[in-house]
Amino acid sequence: MKTKDIVYIALFAALTAVLGLFPPITLPVTGVPVTAQSLGPMLAGAILGARRGGLSIVLFLVLVAVGLPLLSGGRGGFGVMIGVTGGFMFGWAISAFVIGLLIEKFWNRLNVFNAALSIAFGGIVVLYAIGNAWVAVVAEISYWQATVGAAPFLIGDAIKVVIATVVCLAVRRSYPLISKAG
Amino acid sequence: MIAGLYIDGQSALHRAQAGAKILAMIALGTGVFLIPDWPVVAFVLATVLLLYPVSGFGPRIIWAQIKPILWLLVIFFAVQFWLNDWQAGLLVVTRIAAIVMFASLVTLTTKTSDLLASLERAMQPLRPIGVNPEKVSLAISMVLRFIPVISTVASEIRDAQRARGLDRSVVAMVVPLIIRTLKMADDVADAIDARSFD
Repeated sequence: MKTKDIVYIALFAALTAVLGLFPPITLPVTGVPVTAQSLGPMLAGAILGARRGGLSIVLFLVLVAVGLPLLSGGRGGFGVMIGVTGGFMFGWAISAFVIGLLIEKFWNRLNVFNAALSIAFGGIVVLYAIGNAWVAVVAEISYWQATVGAAPFLIGDAIKVVIATVVCLAVRRSYPLISKAG
Repeated sequence: MIAGLYIDGQSALHRAQAGAKILAMIALGTGVFLIPDWPVVAFVLATVLLLYPVSGFGPRIIWAQIKPILWLLVIFFAVQFWLNDWQAGLLVVTRIAAIVMFASLVTLTTKTSDLLASLERAMQPLRPIGVNPEKVSLAISMVLRFIPVISTVASEIRDAQRARGLDRSVVAMVVPLIIRTLKMADDVADAIDARSFD
C-alpha cells in the first residue's frame, strides 16, 4: 500500500467524522433524524474504491471504539459499537467495501443508473441486512420485525443515495481516483 | 486534539489494564446472551451499575450513558411484551442495558491513548498477513490531525456557498469538500514521502 493510499484512507475517515458535525435534519411526519454522517461510507466506497474505502471506514470505527466522540451527536466508545445499533456500525465498513467493488466494476461505463444502483445496493441492502440481523438478535425479535422497525429510516437513506450518486459522478469527472488505482 | 470520552480518576477500574477491560467486556457481552433468566441478568446489570459509584461516577454520568438508548429499550420492551410476556421484555432490556453500561464504563475509565497502545500491540502478530502497525498508527494520527482541518474547510465552503445562496444544497457543500480533501491528500502524501517514511 502506497503512502498516498494511507493518506486517502485517513482523510476519508476524518471526512466521515466531519460529516457527523453537520446538524441532523428531522424528517417531517415520521420525526426520524437524518444525519449527513452515513454519507461517509457511501462516498468512501464510491470515490476511493473497495479496499481504500472499506479501510477508511474501519479506521473511523476504530477511533470511535477507542473512545473518541466522532459519531453524530458526539457519541462514541464501546457502548455504541456493541450496543443495539452495532450491526449498522460494522455494516458501514462492509457497505463501503461493497459499494467500492461495484463502482470499480462499472467504472469505465459509470452512469447515473449503475452508480445509484451500486450505492443503493451497498448502502441500503447490504447495510440493513447486517444491521437488522444484529437488532433481531439483540432484541430477540424476528428478522422481519427488525426490518419493519427500520423502515422509517429508509427515506433518509434514499435521499443519501441520490446525493452520494451526484457527488460520486461529479468527483469522477474532476478527480478520478479509481482508474488511477486500476 | 479532540477530547476523548475518558474521565480521569484513581479507581481500580481506572488502573486496570486496557486489554483486561476489553476481555471482561467481551466475556460479559457473551455471558448475558447465554443466560436465559431475567433476574440473573438484572443482577449482572445491578452489579455493573454499582461499579459506577465505585469508579467515582455519579448518577448524572450514569444517566448520560443510558439516555441515548432509552427510547430503544422502551420499544424493545413493548415489542416483547406484545409478542411474548413481560419477563421476555425484561430479559431483553436488562441484557442490552448491562452490555451498554459496562462498555460505556470501559470507555469512561480507559484513556484513548492506552487503548490505541493496546491496539498497536495486538496488531503485531498480524504482520505476516500484511498488516503494518506503523502505517496504522500513522493513519490514526493523520485522522486526528485532519478532523479540525477538514472541519475548517467545511465552514469556509459553507460561507462561500451561502454567498451564492447555495448553503442549503448538500451537493454544493460536499463536492468541493471532497475535492479539497483529495487535493490536500496529494500534498500530504508528497510531504510524507519527502521525509522517507516507509
